Amino acid sequence: MAKIVVDVMLKPEILDPQGNAVASALPRLGFSFATSVRQGKRFEVEVEGEPTAAQLAEVEKAAEVLLSNPVIENYVVRVEK
Amino acid sequence: MRVGVITFPGTLDDRDAARAVVAGGSEAVSLWHADADLKNVDAVILPGGFSYGDYLRCGAISRFAPVMQLVIEAAGNGMPVLGICNGFQVLCESHLLPGALTRNSDLHFLCRDQEIEIVNNSTQWTSSYKAGEKIVIPLKNGEGSFQCDDKTLAELEGEGRVIARYVGQNPNGSRNLIAGITNARGNVVGLMPHPEHAIDELTGPSAQGLGFFTSILNAMVK
Amino acid sequence: MALDTVFIAQSTPDTVQPFAELGLKTDEYARIKEILGRRPTSSELAMYSVMWSEHCSYKSSKVHLKQFGEKAPKSDALLVGIGENAGVVDVGQGYAVTFKIESHNHPSFIEPYQGAATGVGGIVRDILTMGARPIAVMDPLRFGPADAADTRRVLPGIVAGVGGYGNCLGLPNIGGEVVFDETYIGNPLVNALCVGVMKHSDIKLAKAAGAGNLVVLYGAKTGGDGIGGVSVLASETFGAGGSTKRPSVQVGDPFVEKVLIECSLEIFAQDLVVGIQDLGGAGLSCATSELASGGSGGMKVALDKVPLRDPSLSPEEILMSESQERMCAIVEPSKINRFLEICKKWDVTVTVIGEVTDGDRLEITWNGEVIVNVPPRTVAHEGPVYNRPLAQPAYIDQVNSQKVHVPMPSGAAEIKAAVLKLAGAPNLADKSWVTAQYDKYVQGNTIQAQPDDSGMVRLDESTHLGVAISTDANANWSYLNPYQGAKLALAEAARNIATAGARPLAVTNCLNFGSPEDPGVMWQFAQSVRGLADGCLEMGLPVTGGNVSFYNQTGAVAILPTPVIGVLGVIQDVRKRTPMSYKASGLELFLLGETKEDLAGSEWAILHGQRGGQSPDADLVREMRLIELLLEGNAFFSAAHDLSQGGLSAGLTEMVLRHNVGATISLPNPAVDLLSETPGRVIVAIDASKVSLLHALATKYSTAISKLGTTGGDCLTINDCIISLDELRTAHTSTFPRLFG
Repeated sequence: MAKIVVDVMLKPEILDPQGNAVASALPRLGFSFATSVRQGKRFEVEVEGEPTAAQLAEVEKAAEVLLSNPVIENYVVRVEK
Repeated sequence: MRVGVITFPGTLDDRDAARAVVAGGSEAVSLWHADADLKNVDAVILPGGFSYGDYLRCGAISRFAPVMQLVIEAAGNGMPVLGICNGFQVLCESHLLPGALTRNSDLHFLCRDQEIEIVNNSTQWTSSYKAGEKIVIPLKNGEGSFQCDDKTLAELEGEGRVIARYVGQNPNGSRNLIAGITNARGNVVGLMPHPEHAIDELTGPSAQGLGFFTSILNAMVK
Repeated sequence: MALDTVFIAQSTPDTVQPFAELGLKTDEYARIKEILGRRPTSSELAMYSVMWSEHCSYKSSKVHLKQFGEKAPKSDALLVGIGENAGVVDVGQGYAVTFKIESHNHPSFIEPYQGAATGVGGIVRDILTMGARPIAVMDPLRFGPADAADTRRVLPGIVAGVGGYGNCLGLPNIGGEVVFDETYIGNPLVNALCVGVMKHSDIKLAKAAGAGNLVVLYGAKTGGDGIGGVSVLASETFGAGGSTKRPSVQVGDPFVEKVLIECSLEIFAQDLVVGIQDLGGAGLSCATSELASGGSGGMKVALDKVPLRDPSLSPEEILMSESQERMCAIVEPSKINRFLEICKKWDVTVTVIGEVTDGDRLEITWNGEVIVNVPPRTVAHEGPVYNRPLAQPAYIDQVNSQKVHVPMPSGAAEIKAAVLKLAGAPNLADKSWVTAQYDKYVQGNTIQAQPDDSGMVRLDESTHLGVAISTDANANWSYLNPYQGAKLALAEAARNIATAGARPLAVTNCLNFGSPEDPGVMWQFAQSVRGLADGCLEMGLPVTGGNVSFYNQTGAVAILPTPVIGVLGVIQDVRKRTPMSYKASGLELFLLGETKEDLAGSEWAILHGQRGGQSPDADLVREMRLIELLLEGNAFFSAAHDLSQGGLSAGLTEMVLRHNVGATISLPNPAVDLLSETPGRVIVAIDASKVSLLHALATKYSTAISKLGTTGGDCLTINDCIISLDELRTAHTSTFPRLFG
């Protein structure tokens, strides 16, 4: 059973206060190498067997219309075994 | 004048919006999200709350409700539509208004008596106000930061489609202190703060929110 | 693990069972065997262990709490008393109001956000289950020192959790408390209050009556929330060393609860339930045994019908699960279709899981095999009753004999410094950082909220009938004298109600204490309960219900005894309420009540490391006269503000900053006058034309009265000490942002 994964991130120009909060918290844990942190969402869509091209196209559409808000977010669709 | 007030699962301020509609002089008509039926109303309000628990994104799921298909169509034909808070979020997700509402920049839910300036009184929901009039109404949300790209911002400002701006310190990180906007036609308005909670001084910081609900009467009379 | 059925239990009496690991004593285990005539099955053992726990059975507190019933004042207003999910009082015009306060202390220490969130969720369901629409919440919170690292760990999460859940439910937060004291450092207290309203005819009770009626579970699906201890019974986790699949913390979803509320109210409006119970602590074990006990006594449940979020749960785990947002209703067969339709409209999961039977046993099956067969009353109501030993702790005589040594400011500079210090003290400072995270406007009926003395909501838009609620506690006084401390907290909450013009009507309480196994703690508890019961009888205010939270301690050190008292009152016309402060200049300010040198347990004393002395004595006769004065004075008072922690200094600070209008005050004895915390005092602001009227009232009610000064200007002036409102505001409002960002 494979997974179609959609990663959604805020567009680079959009303020990400949650990512900033995480970036501020990291040094408190002892590591200070991170120059920036951005927070996003990951959707896992399970399908039977290998995803077909048609299924991938449907997920792309879903990503465009529902899973992401194209006004402020970008998305990437890929297959994970 | 019949004003519809939509209830989605998780909507919270529908009864308050209905109360304000009545206080403003119109008849309030309850609309259920799952019914593709606008019941012959003359205007529609999308009230505040946490429809669908703000799952996925605020307003992202409500936007696909059966009643919304009719609202989008009616808006296209000039019906006045007011989206308050979560309602504003639904209007943006539906692309009836540009931009998007994101998390408050300091990450906290914020409830405060907020001063705003009505900068555009030519819309169907703001005609009762004087241009530049300042009012104090409650702001209460966790995702109220209005964001859009530079092109959209230029359009909104250039065309005078910002209808309200926060006065004083920016409470949530909204671009250009934008508290509310309208579409090109001036019939669809989105507003982050809550005018329905400022209709009398007994229960709110002022009665200055009532103007939104009396403006709509003027729209009908015209 | 093979299913442990009644049949197997009957034939294997010598099976060793982990009753001790589940918290049962040897004699309790023996008693269960006696009740059943055999060893319990593992499911039955799980049920008894959790229902007989302190949290569910009140075994250490029952003998003391019965005083609330024994000493109950006669009250025509009480419609439902102690014993149900929440108490209900008649507030007039056909309205019944239900209210209750509960604790969720330990979970909030572990997972602040979810602990607080599910605390709110739980109390709201208790109110809903009485048949009422929840209309407001309040949150008395107590933390360790404000600048402690662990306070910074828990406070933001707890506040975010209270707000996150309550706001999403659409319930205005109309008040609460934020108190800091080193005593709570390992044991923060999260108490949550909810109030609901309905018509008299809407009252619902938790009883399963009528053989053949259906037992219906609706709401969220069941998962592994909160079943920590029960995993002892499931061999897969036994020795598996870790419970990634078994969260010991409950996780709440306020959206599901909001939908549950609307769905339930629609079901109630159509009169579709015979009885109803929410699933809180001990989940299904509690709901089934309590419903069965409340009814004719017989119930049959097919546990395999329970809709699951996690299909790997064992029957024991399902019985113990504390998954949130679930309700159990008893529905007549003729009404079930309508019930199911309403659930479908709201997209709420609903399943018939059993039926009420003739007879007197609760029988639970798993795929047809009987795994539980018990007399339900023995599970739900006839648990062990302990008469724990109690002994006045050694510290009492010692601290009561201590003198309070604190600097007493003299001269303008020192007085100013003292006023500013108190204004900025974490316990007295402006709490907007917290309260701005709460929606106080939703439902459009909030008349008063923080920082007013009480929360007030309008019940009826045409008659303007309303209710006011206040919660109060003074752990410093309870520490010095638990009996007086409870009475004093009661008096303060009642006074807060009356200050706004509402008449106190009924009481709820959340009793937060250390371990009942400590005779000293038990003594504090017994004294507090006795004080509250005696106080309620004297004041004519019945206790309608409440909550006990024991084991608030770290190692051997218990928290200061913290009985939180909630008082609810009624106001006929909310438009006529007396506001907490004034907007006009030129008003006359008076202090009602006598000021004595009461510094023991005061904020000023605690700030200087002084915890000893003698608490004031509660004089409830005088308090009741003051309440009558306040209610009568409501007709002409411009403002009235109760004095409590921080005394007159804090009271004046809060009053002048509320609407930014100063005051000029003359005090004969400024240090004592400002810092003392003598109870039974209220500042009132009146128009100059009403002065003789006020004096007449004071005489009528034998209440001491002294002129404080007049309102106006942009300073708080006390004798020759001038403090600008700007400076006072800065001191008052910068503490929380500085501490919590």
